[in-house]
Amino acid sequence: MTAGPAEEAPRSPEQVIRDVLADLPRHRGVVVDSPPGAGKSTLVVRAAAHLAATGEPLMIVAQTNEQVDDLISRISAGHPRLTVGRLSASGYVPPLRMLELPGVAVGTRVQDLGDPDIVIATADKWAWISGRTWPWAIVDEAYQMRSDKLLRIAGLFERALFVGDPGQLDPFSIVDGDRWSGLSWDPLQSAVSVLLRHNPDLPVHRLPVSWRLPASAAPVVSRAFYPFTGFRSGTGPGDRRLELTTGGMGTVHDRALEEAARSGWALLELPDRHTVRTDGEAVQAVALLAARLLQRGAVAGSEQGERPVTADRIAVGAAHRDQVAAIRAAGLPPEITVDTANRLQGREYDVTIVLHPLSGRRDATAFHLESGRLCVLASRHRHACVVVARAGIAELLDAHPSAETVQLGVPVKFPDGWEANQSVLDHLSAHRV
Amino acid sequence: MSLLTSLARLRALDEGVAQPIATVRHCHLSARPMVFIPLKLSGEAAAPLAAMLGTDRAAPHLLVVTQPRNRDLRFAWAAELAGLLLPYIEGFLSGTETVERRGADPYERVLDAPQLVVPNPAGVAFTRLLGRSTRFRRPDGPYPVPEGVPVLGRWLTYFAERAAYPGSSLTLAATEELGRHWASGQSGLEDANLAALTGWITDGPSDEAEDPLIWPPAGPATDPGFDAEVLAPAIESGSAERVAEALRGQLEPTWRLMWRAIDLLGALPAGAGVASRWEQDRGSFSGMAAQLAEGAPPQARRDGAIAAASRLARMERAQAAYDVQRAYDDPLVMAEHRLTGEAFAGEVVETDADRVEGEGRSRKLRPLVVIKTDDPVRLAPGTALGTPQRREQGAELMSARDGLVTVKITKGMGRSKTPAPGSVPEVGERVCYTSLTDDFKGSPGLPEAEATPWTHGGPPPEYVPADEDAVEEWS
Repeated sequence: MTAGPAEEAPRSPEQVIRDVLADLPRHRGVVVDSPPGAGKSTLVVRAAAHLAATGEPLMIVAQTNEQVDDLISRISAGHPRLTVGRLSASGYVPPLRMLELPGVAVGTRVQDLGDPDIVIATADKWAWISGRTWPWAIVDEAYQMRSDKLLRIAGLFERALFVGDPGQLDPFSIVDGDRWSGLSWDPLQSAVSVLLRHNPDLPVHRLPVSWRLPASAAPVVSRAFYPFTGFRSGTGPGDRRLELTTGGMGTVHDRALEEAARSGWALLELPDRHTVRTDGEAVQAVALLAARLLQRGAVAGSEQGERPVTADRIAVGAAHRDQVAAIRAAGLPPEITVDTANRLQGREYDVTIVLHPLSGRRDATAFHLESGRLCVLASRHRHACVVVARAGIAELLDAHPSAETVQLGVPVKFPDGWEANQSVLDHLSAHRV
Repeated sequence: MSLLTSLARLRALDEGVAQPIATVRHCHLSARPMVFIPLKLSGEAAAPLAAMLGTDRAAPHLLVVTQPRNRDLRFAWAAELAGLLLPYIEGFLSGTETVERRGADPYERVLDAPQLVVPNPAGVAFTRLLGRSTRFRRPDGPYPVPEGVPVLGRWLTYFAERAAYPGSSLTLAATEELGRHWASGQSGLEDANLAALTGWITDGPSDEAEDPLIWPPAGPATDPGFDAEVLAPAIESGSAERVAEALRGQLEPTWRLMWRAIDLLGALPAGAGVASRWEQDRGSFSGMAAQLAEGAPPQARRDGAIAAASRLARMERAQAAYDVQRAYDDPLVMAEHRLTGEAFAGEVVETDADRVEGEGRSRKLRPLVVIKTDDPVRLAPGTALGTPQRREQGAELMSARDGLVTVKITKGMGRSKTPAPGSVPEVGERVCYTSLTDDFKGSPGLPEAEATPWTHGGPPPEYVPADEDAVEEWS
């Protein structure tokens, strides 16, 4: 989608950022696609400082309070002289570390903030603001934002930079939205899809390098989930190391960890069986893997130096909330993050352990095939990813080709979840234990 | 499908009879429902073939298009349908009450509203198509249609749209409502067969349900065997009576099934939230009637950007409220949430009813209640809780450990220094608390349609009724 030159010679991340900044005054909107861990936040902070330097007020829209707090910390650390106003709902309690930051004011109304260079809030909070417009806006995680949210706040800004990861989970609703499918302003589509359908001439840039994913993962994730807009890893094949300091006992779990340490991927395959969602054996395997990983004293070596893989650097991901609850109940150390794909979006860990969304299932529904779900689960790690799954997923996929109703007027979405699943599975099969 | 429903389905299969998955009725059932069974000509998207309708089970009206490919006859049929439906609908407009609203003008709300009952979701979809094909037509200009037809189209559109609105009972699809209250031992797809589903609930499954000679399809699609062997020769014979009799035979069994379904639902006591949801239905119906009276244009072909977002917000809000109300009204629905750890029930083993927090003016009553439960509690301390036993009560989870849950009561104890009698549960009482609460936060406003922002295509052109509406291509 990026214009000419980007296709010919790969541009460096720095060049892309400069292109983006140069495009800002020339267009009403600029979109930046960012694959997992490609320095999206860095770009947002750079662009914020760049726009604030013009002297014009800037608004920043993020999706969750955590994202807002995180951005404020980064802006404040990188550009301590900028003043930042944080709008929040009345029930919000700002974390202590934020109150200590110089130049940061917190309030529930724009009037309470003084006149800061940057005003930042969640999209939900922005929707309540009216009576003032900003010449500039930055919308972060714009692919996770539903277009009806953008509709509520689009009147607040004149020009905007939209940043996000197209490969992550699409926004969803608890009600059936079929009556709007095919409309260019379908409220259930992401903000970026709707924006681009109405303004097809806006420039779309792409960050080309993932700093998070290791060399073992970037090509796999890129091929499966970003088939036409590939990216590469920022580190080379030998730059990331994962070592287990104590010896193993030869169990399947230990061998899976060893395989993951060696190659960056492992698939712990359990016997083929149809199970309930909270498959006891699979849950047990996930919990054991996490426990063994800690016991074996894993040490991660990277461009950032050597450090032990402590519990807070490990995440366990699953598709459903009841699976998450079951895994938590299996007795993991509380510091290990256990969560659904939706909530793991945007987060980063050294090692992830993933319960495959299709493990033990009889059918492959659109929910389980959604490519974003697997993409999130398979792209949170800096070093290694261990997948736990029942055997037979390939056969399950073959028995359930995508059979969703074709809706008129809906742009074809890439990648196809079915194909992405096959691609990842194909790669994992080489690392089966 | 939830765990409990799966279990109920397995049990239904095992016992050969559908199992209840609700203890109360979650939809309003009108004293005078309009049962409406439309049939369409096979191979056509929206060509009406016949309809059986009425509010009296002993006296159904049968309307037939004797040559469905003749468009004049179709619109004559629509006019007949309007002649039956419009008086029924308008009959509800006479009795109204004045409703005061905070921050808005009071409005008139009807005391009772019409209710359309169709056999299945496909019946709702066909109702929508009928509405779509008639609401833009006009009694004057090219291809004029009888007076009532465009009005009928707008009402049919309205009823079909309300069917998609969570918790609304203005339009009911019989198979859907039955499926919400009983689990059969067949698949969800098979549940869409009205004969099969009512069979499971009453006498147990039987092969007869799938025999079109005994139980013809409940529409709008007809049985291909009937089409080829009975309908086609009847239409070709040119005898209106023969066509009507053939279609009567197809519709009468379904007519009986529809009333059986209504009786089945009517035998259940109404849930506590049903009345308030019906009140909203009455309000919505009054609003639609007022729009019609003011001469507003027919409902748009598609929702504009603002209309779509606004409808989505209303529907999401209604869905959330409906889910919560069903759980509060029905212990069997709440059981689903207890299984997932979002609710727990148990016996009160300890209370501290006069406990207070704070000093002086900020002194607040904050009683503690300890509940012994066997449910898996997966709620974090600090979670806001509500309870079906005391709807006005607000509470907060303090701790949950080893089957003992400590709950702090924060709201609903009256204004005096000690809790109002009965407002704090007592030792030995069985209570249920859940994190599902129906506190409406209001949703932020949307711009006016004329102010649609550039990100969503800018302001849409205004709809002006034109003669082209009448020549619109449709089958």
